[in-house]
Amino acid sequence: MTEIFGIPVQALFGQLLIGLINGAFYAMLSLGLAVIFGLLNIINFTHGAQYMMGAFCAWFLLERWGVGYWWSLLLAPLLVGVTGVVIERTMLSRLYKLDHLYGLLLTFGLALIVQGVFTNYYGSSGQPYRLPEEFVGSFNLGFMFLPKYRAWVIVASLIVCLGTWFVIERTKLGAYLRAATENPTLVQAFGINVPRMITLTYGFGVGLAALAGVMAAPIYQVSPQMGANLIIVVFAVVVIGGMGSILGAILTGFGLGIVEGLTKVFYPEASNTVIFVIMVLVLLVKPAGLFGKEH
Amino acid sequence: MATAPAAQPGSARAPRRSTILVATAVMAVALAVAPFLNVYPVFLMKALCFALFACAFNLLIGFGGLLSFGHAMFLGTAGYVCAHAAKEWGWPPEAAILAGTVAATLLGVITGALAIRRQGIYFAMITLALAQMIFFFYLQTPFTHGEDGIQSVPRGKMFGFVDLSNTLVMYYVVLAIFLAAFLLIYRIVHSPFGQVLKAIRENEPRAISLGYDAERYKLLAFILSAGLSGLAGATKAIVFQLASLTDAHWTMSGEVVLMTLLGGMGTIFGPVVGAFAIVGLESYLASFGQWVTVITGGIFVVCVLAFRRGIVGEIGAWWASRKE
Repeated sequence: MTEIFGIPVQALFGQLLIGLINGAFYAMLSLGLAVIFGLLNIINFTHGAQYMMGAFCAWFLLERWGVGYWWSLLLAPLLVGVTGVVIERTMLSRLYKLDHLYGLLLTFGLALIVQGVFTNYYGSSGQPYRLPEEFVGSFNLGFMFLPKYRAWVIVASLIVCLGTWFVIERTKLGAYLRAATENPTLVQAFGINVPRMITLTYGFGVGLAALAGVMAAPIYQVSPQMGANLIIVVFAVVVIGGMGSILGAILTGFGLGIVEGLTKVFYPEASNTVIFVIMVLVLLVKPAGLFGKEH
Repeated sequence: MATAPAAQPGSARAPRRSTILVATAVMAVALAVAPFLNVYPVFLMKALCFALFACAFNLLIGFGGLLSFGHAMFLGTAGYVCAHAAKEWGWPPEAAILAGTVAATLLGVITGALAIRRQGIYFAMITLALAQMIFFFYLQTPFTHGEDGIQSVPRGKMFGFVDLSNTLVMYYVVLAIFLAAFLLIYRIVHSPFGQVLKAIRENEPRAISLGYDAERYKLLAFILSAGLSGLAGATKAIVFQLASLTDAHWTMSGEVVLMTLLGGMGTIFGPVVGAFAIVGLESYLASFGQWVTVITGGIFVVCVLAFRRGIVGEIGAWWASRKE
């Protein structure tokens, strides 16, 4: 059997793969947080709950109405995104003139409500989500087996992340968005409906979290608590990357996933905490984050 | 420019010193006679521990403008150290409580120095992440006994002669600790240090331009808050003879935010009122299981949307407007 640093190659690549998958979710979630923060100046604490809602939505669609995975990929983000729009219109929009911390407190309360309601109906145990037919099986790469679905998650999340980057950095719509981030009053003066843009941005960010949730459903168990601990790790990812750059959020997400996977191989005791330790180191060396701008 | 959460437009001016002293005396007497008015002492002790925790938290958010989302790490750390010292090393309760408080203070020095490198929302996220790191540490390290926690911690005899196994005696010790810490916090807030802290909260660049080292003031406020939270956690461990992961979990950090928010951020009595309200609510709703989480979340939402001054803040504002 082949070994690298005394670790069997299969175990190494297996953990690397898990790391990449986790990284894909970190990237998608921190991307959504960064997009929302950019325009709304709010850290969306409900993000983890909305990721969980996406997964539950897919599970529900399949179990109750037999709606399959592909439709869920479209429907779940839309449905959860609509709840996001409602939240923004009815609650968040009242807080923009106040300290940003109130947005954090409000979304924290909303997260508790959502998680409490789901836990009440589904307990804390997970519901399995059936893997779609076309993803059963795996590719033989010679040195390891790559399950088809995991390969799909990595590819799909890359497409989603890069697509978001493209829309924000390279299209006219994205230009409006970036302009509104810099100076909303001026952009509004040019005849662009900034409040609507803010609403849709929040809806989009929430939809992104739900999409990540749908993609996570066949891998992790669909449980009410699935987003709660994840969101705290994603916060650390955001602190490490800094929220100034879209590509930065994507790179940090994937990179930290891989680091976490490697830690599982070489020093498993620290795998839960390695991202927080990195956060501490980054704070010591570059407080604004790896891709953040000092102001 | 971000304004501090406590600085609401039109908020009541600080009440007069005599008003606060009278109110403190009323509170002390009410709490002293409460066990004789059929109020369950264990409930009172729990509420007092949380009231102290919330007051310590309020020192940071209400007067320093810093929202920590990781204060459970101080409560949890002090609880574990205190319980370990009392149970495994056989320390007397006063020494064990002191050990827990010192441990939380030291943790506050380290985490505070890291967290104050960023402000506002980042500060909240960093403290939350640091607390989660500490939580995982306690989950894995053997001395905390994982999910079981450190159980049947001896209450022992304080100073060798005060027998804490008597619930009423324990209650008055907790009350004494709470009142001492409460007065200390009042003193800190009204000291020159507290005034500078408020100045930094209101306008940090200006405070710096006046020659104050804002970072040092914020760090000191953080350490004081951590240490007093530790005092609450250590006392709680002796009272309930238990140190568990619950106290170090992020939900606990959220809970103390809620108590302070509900009672009134930046008011002296707000955290006490908020703690009693939430602890009371939780014991009243204990049989409703997960709905408690939903209700807690609902209170958060209502407070943020419509009730940002909190109970005591609203009363103060009403009082001030009535006088005019």
